Amino acid sequence: MNLVTISIKSIKQRLLSSSLTALSVALGVMLMVAVLIINGVVSDLFSQPSFGFNLVVGPKGSDLSLALSAIYRLDKPGEPLPYLFYKELKEHRAVEKAVPIAIGDVTQQGAFPIVGTIPEFFDLDYAYGKPFRVRGEFLKTPWDAVIGSRVAATNGWGIGSEFKLIHGGAESDHVHDEKFRVVGVLAPTGTPNDRTAFVSLAGFWAIAGHEKPLKEAVDRLEKFRYPVPQSLRETVAEPKKGHDHGHDHDHGLLDEQKEVTAIFIRTKSTAGSIALAGEINEDVRALAVNPIFPMKRLMTMIVDNIKLMLLTLTSLIIVVSAVSIFVSIYNSMADRRREIGIMRALGARRETVFAIILAESALLCLGGGVIGLLLGHGIVAVASPIIESRSGILVNPLSFEPLELVLFPVLLVLGSLIGFLPGLAAYRTDVAAALSE
Amino acid sequence: MSLVLDNLKKSYREPGGGKIPVLNVARLELQAAEQVALIGTSGGGKTTLLNVIAGITAPDSGRVLIDNTDVTSLNEASRDRFRALKIGFVFQTFNLLPAFTALENVLLGMCFAGKGTDSHRATDLLKRVGLGHRLNHRPPQLSVGEQQRVAVARALANHPSLLLADEPTASVDVANQNTILDLIRDACKENKVSLLLVTHAPDVAARFGRIEKLSDFNRPQ
Repeated sequence: MNLVTISIKSIKQRLLSSSLTALSVALGVMLMVAVLIINGVVSDLFSQPSFGFNLVVGPKGSDLSLALSAIYRLDKPGEPLPYLFYKELKEHRAVEKAVPIAIGDVTQQGAFPIVGTIPEFFDLDYAYGKPFRVRGEFLKTPWDAVIGSRVAATNGWGIGSEFKLIHGGAESDHVHDEKFRVVGVLAPTGTPNDRTAFVSLAGFWAIAGHEKPLKEAVDRLEKFRYPVPQSLRETVAEPKKGHDHGHDHDHGLLDEQKEVTAIFIRTKSTAGSIALAGEINEDVRALAVNPIFPMKRLMTMIVDNIKLMLLTLTSLIIVVSAVSIFVSIYNSMADRRREIGIMRALGARRETVFAIILAESALLCLGGGVIGLLLGHGIVAVASPIIESRSGILVNPLSFEPLELVLFPVLLVLGSLIGFLPGLAAYRTDVAAALSE
Repeated sequence: MSLVLDNLKKSYREPGGGKIPVLNVARLELQAAEQVALIGTSGGGKTTLLNVIAGITAPDSGRVLIDNTDVTSLNEASRDRFRALKIGFVFQTFNLLPAFTALENVLLGMCFAGKGTDSHRATDLLKRVGLGHRLNHRPPQLSVGEQQRVAVARALANHPSLLLADEPTASVDVANQNTILDLIRDACKENKVSLLLVTHAPDVAARFGRIEKLSDFNRPQ
C-alpha cells in the first residue's frame, strides 16, 4: 500500500463523481487528439516537401487551385490547355521531362478521380527519391488503367478488373460507355495517387465527348496564338455532310482537338525551373507554379490558423474539465475532513495527506487523458471513412502526433495545480476537530 | 516507565477572546504494560487529554513523556512519526476508512509509519481478533463489533508501546462490550503494551485493576 493506492481507493469511493470528472477531461483530450491527428494528416499531405516534378503548368488563375486540382485532385480543374502547348513545352530547352494529365472524370464505382496520362507519368517519382512501384504493369494500350492502392482496396479491384467513368465528376450521372481494364496496382504511396485511377491519355481522349469540337478547338488555338492549318479552317467553315461530331465513333482525333488539364514538368536545373516559370507566367496563356509554395501558403494562412483555433478551443475544454475536477474534489473535502483526521491520527503527516489529494487529482487528469487518447484515436477511426469520402483525405487512426506526448506532462501539471487548493485544505485540517465531527 | 504526564495544561480560546481551561494535570504515571481505566464525565476533558498524549493537540504547557521521549518537545512531523510508531489509537466510533477492506485498514497504519507494510502481520492480527474470514470485507460489510475489532488490530499494527482507547465500547451493544474489552486488554497484555482506556461507564472501568478519576487529578479551574 502506498500513497497512489490510497488515492485510487479514494477515487473508487466516489466512483460516480470521479468517473464523470475524468470523463469530462477525457472528452476534452479526445477532441484535442482528434484535431491533432487530422491536422497532422492534412499537414503531412499538404506539406509534402518534394514532388517528382518541380513545376505544374495549368490555365491562368489561382496557383493554389491548380495545385489542389492537378496534384491533390480536390478542386475542379480549370479551362484545359491545348495539347500543342504541351508539345511546345516538352521541347523547351529547360525541360527534362514533361507529362500531361487530363482530369475531371471519376470512377463509376467509388467515385475515385481519374487521371488520364502517359506512361512517363510513372517515371516521375511520387516524392523525391521515391519511385512508383506497381504490381502488374504500367500503361501500355489506350484502354489500360493503373489504380492506386486505396482504389484497389475499396473497390476490390485487381488486375483484369474493368471499370467505367462518370463524366465530369461524382455529381454527374453521365456514365461513359467505354471500359478501362486494370493492368497494374500501385503500391501505397501515402499521397493522393493512392486514391486515383490512372488511365491511358489516348483512351481518355478516345472517350466520346472528350474531344474538343473543331470550332472551339480553332478558337482555342487562336487564343493560344498557334497557327491554325487552313484545312482545319475549311472543315470548320463547311463541315462534311453526314459527319456529326456529337457521336461516338473513333474520330482519329487531331492534335489540335486534344486537350490536357495540366502539365507536370521536371526541369534540368533549379535555375531552369525558375526561368521557365517566369517565362510561362509572363505570358497570358498559362500559369506555372512550383506546388510547394502555394501549399505552404495554404498551410500557413489557413490550416495552421485553423489548427491553432481548434487547439485553443480544445485546450479551453480541458481547462473547463480541470475546473470541474477542482470543484468536485474541493466540494468533497468537507466530507473527507474526518477521513483525513483519521489518517493524521494514524500518523500520516500533513505533507502525506496533501500528497494523497494531489495524487488523486493528478490521477483523475491522467486517467481522463489516457481514456481521451484512446477515444480520440477511436473517433478518428470512426470518422476516417467519412472524411475520406467527403474530402479524399486518407486519415490513419493509428497515426501518432508527437504533441500527444506533451499532453500527459501538461495534464500532470494541470492535475497538480487543481489539486493544490484541496490538498492545502487537507494539509490544514485540524485533526482533533475533524475527529470530533 | 511508559507514560508520564507532568504539569500538563491546556485551554481553548473562546470566540470572545477569553480562554476555557480544560486540562490541568499535575502528574499522572503509567508503568510499562500497565492497564488503567480513566473515568470521567462527558465534556470533562477526556478526549482532549488523549489528543494531547498522542501529540494531536499541543498543550499550553507541561510535558508528556512516552518511553522517556517528551512528545511536546517534538516538532509536528516528528510527533506524527512518533504517534505512528509508538501509539495505538482505538476510537469510540472505530474510525475505519470505509473505502478500504479490513486488511487494508490495518495496513494503512503501517503505511503511515513509514516502515513499509507487512501483509502477513496484518493478516495475523486480524486472525487473532477473530476476523480471519473477514479480511477483504469493507467496514460497511462488517458488524459494529467486527469493526471495533478491526480498529483494535489496526492500533496494534506498528507494535506500539502505548494504546489509547477512547470509549471503545460506547458504540457497541452490551454483548459485544465485554468481548471488545477482553480483546483490547488481552492484546495489550500479550504485546506488553500500556493501556489507557477512557470511559464514562463505571462498569467498564470496574474491570480494570487501576481506575483513575479524571476529576481527581485534573483541576482546570
